Amino acid sequence: MRPFIYTRADDVSAAVQAAAETSGSAPANAAPVQFIAGGTTILDLMKLDTMRPERLVDINGLQSALGSIQATDKGLRLGALVRMSQAAEDPQIQRDYPVIAQSLQLAASAQLRNMASLGGNVLQRTRCQYFRNTSWPACNKRDPGSGCAALDGVNRKHAVLGVGDKCIAEYPGDFAPALAALGAVVTITGPNGSRAIPFEQLHRGPDQPERETTLAPGELITGFDIPAGPYTRRSLYVKVRDRQSYEFGLATAAVALHLVDGKVEEARIGLGGVAYRPWRSHEAEAALQGKPLDENSAEAAAQAAFAEAAPRRDNAYKVELGRRTLVRALLEAGRMEI
Amino acid sequence: MTHSNDPRGASRRDFFKISASAAAVAPVVASTALHAQPEQKPDPFAPVEVDLVVNGQRRRMALDARTTLLDALRRHAGLTGAKKGCDHGQCGACTVHVGGKRTLSCLTLAVMVREPVTTIEGLAATDGALHPMQQAFIDHDAFQCGYCTPGQIMSAVACVKEGHAGSADEIREYMSGNLCRCAAYPHIVTAIQQAKTQMEG
Ligand SMILES: Cc1cc2nc3c(=O)[nH]c(=O)nc-3n(C[C@H](O)[C@H](O)[C@H](O)COP(=O)(O)OP(=O)(O)OC[C@H]3O[C@@H](n4cnc5c(N)ncnc54)[C@H](O)[C@@H]3O)c2cc1C
Ligand code: SF4
Ligand code: FES
Ligand code: FES
Repeated sequence: MRPFIYTRADDVSAAVQAAAETSGSAPANAAPVQFIAGGTTILDLMKLDTMRPERLVDINGLQSALGSIQATDKGLRLGALVRMSQAAEDPQIQRDYPVIAQSLQLAASAQLRNMASLGGNVLQRTRCQYFRNTSWPACNKRDPGSGCAALDGVNRKHAVLGVGDKCIAEYPGDFAPALAALGAVVTITGPNGSRAIPFEQLHRGPDQPERETTLAPGELITGFDIPAGPYTRRSLYVKVRDRQSYEFGLATAAVALHLVDGKVEEARIGLGGVAYRPWRSHEAEAALQGKPLDENSAEAAAQAAFAEAAPRRDNAYKVELGRRTLVRALLEAGRMEI
Repeated sequence: MTHSNDPRGASRRDFFKISASAAAVAPVVASTALHAQPEQKPDPFAPVEVDLVVNGQRRRMALDARTTLLDALRRHAGLTGAKKGCDHGQCGACTVHVGGKRTLSCLTLAVMVREPVTTIEGLAATDGALHPMQQAFIDHDAFQCGYCTPGQIMSAVACVKEGHAGSADEIREYMSGNLCRCAAYPHIVTAIQQAKTQMEG
């Protein structure tokens, strides 16, 4: 690991100020100053030399400002420093937003969930082995313009949706597809003040793989607002993976349904493990709208979700697996007693 | 986070104030003083003050900021119980408790630790009597080479205390962060079930 300066921030403005200190055009995810929360992404990647920050700003001192969960009739507010385990085990989230609790519960391990923050979680980086391992020279995400070793390499775990010819890396996280499905809003404080954007606008597409988010360097995620809706209680997360636990998803589905007399009044669908960025399938949602929820309509929605899939040599199975995962999630959500 | 039961109390903060002015140890608090003197480029190689309470004992050290809690324990505090398996958060061999919560010490910077640490060395009673979980691992032959065992036991104690040892399936799910290359898994599950009865009894 390369040397870095460690600083600790005691309030939001000190954190933002400390992180905004360096100038330059590097994207936020490669800026020389990085925040550190749980450290489970950034220290891993610093040890691998994939991330090379010169300064780490420890934001754990902001716990009292950013560490709380608030549920009201307007929705759910999750602070950026809430730990994964804290949200996963919150009884109110389990009851009213099960898809949120389950997406976190099925992620990583008990130890990692104790450490990892929700803000850091959505900014976790791809598990693409060519990105993580710097002995591969070609990776546009790590080294812009160097090419992509995965395009014709081993790409079994790579994405089939939202990919480009520069990068086909999968977004690996579980929580983000649930946030995308529920139409969450991210609140951000930066050197130029505060702003709030739809979660779907946080992550960028693959045109510039090295630039992963729309955050500017020094911008701090302060939390997530998840609006209440008639569909949040009938929601769940299905995760299909190579082993039963402690593994990233190959295909996952975050689903929330509002059913009236067996008909889909409103559907919210997020997909994980199959896409370049946290994915909301508006196509699948539209396909279900007004239909009775059954195997046929679920199958049609899954077809719509993967209509634009662009598989490579080793990951074509993800198209079928992704469809089946979504069908199972929809039918299980339909059967939920709420 | 300030805890009233923190044995370090306010003296910890005072130390940082003092150390910030001493050349030997790099200041770690983002302060206005830092911004006021941009020409004084901080030295990333300067040791930082690490102030730990491990198994009830205070341990202060001046270390490279890159030092993980695992390396601080093993190399600098002489506590080699926690093991380095992968060093990347993938195996659980380095599991210790920080503030009572099971934590991977390989993905934790020592300088960031603010709460008391418990390692496998701190689990037995002061008279040497083994913790019920340690005894259960022996009783049930819950290891072969033993490399993963300190991490397994620290994780298992937390698993029971969290209330996640209700059934064999639940134990398997909540212990999935601890890999065992010798595949002692079935005996580990039995050991946890025995220890749970004793810990709760
Ligand atoms: C072995 C292993 C298995 C895993 N399995 C899964 C899994 O199955 N599912 C899953 O979803 N995840 C999984 N993860 C990923 C894990 O969930 C993430 O590493 C974790 O959530 C990141 O959170 P953190 O607080 O540790 O982030 P950090 O490492 O502290 O930060 C990550 C990045 O985000 C930035 N950052 C952090 N907080 C903020 C903020 N508030 N505002 C702006 N920037 C910020 C940092 O600067 C850094 O660049 C796994 C990780 C490991 C190591
Ligand atoms: S898929 Fe993306 S991250 Fe992986 S090698 Fe190609 S450019 Fe790099
Ligand atoms: S050594 Fe820490 S998880 Fe493997
Ligand atoms: S006993 Fe050998 S690795 Fe677990």
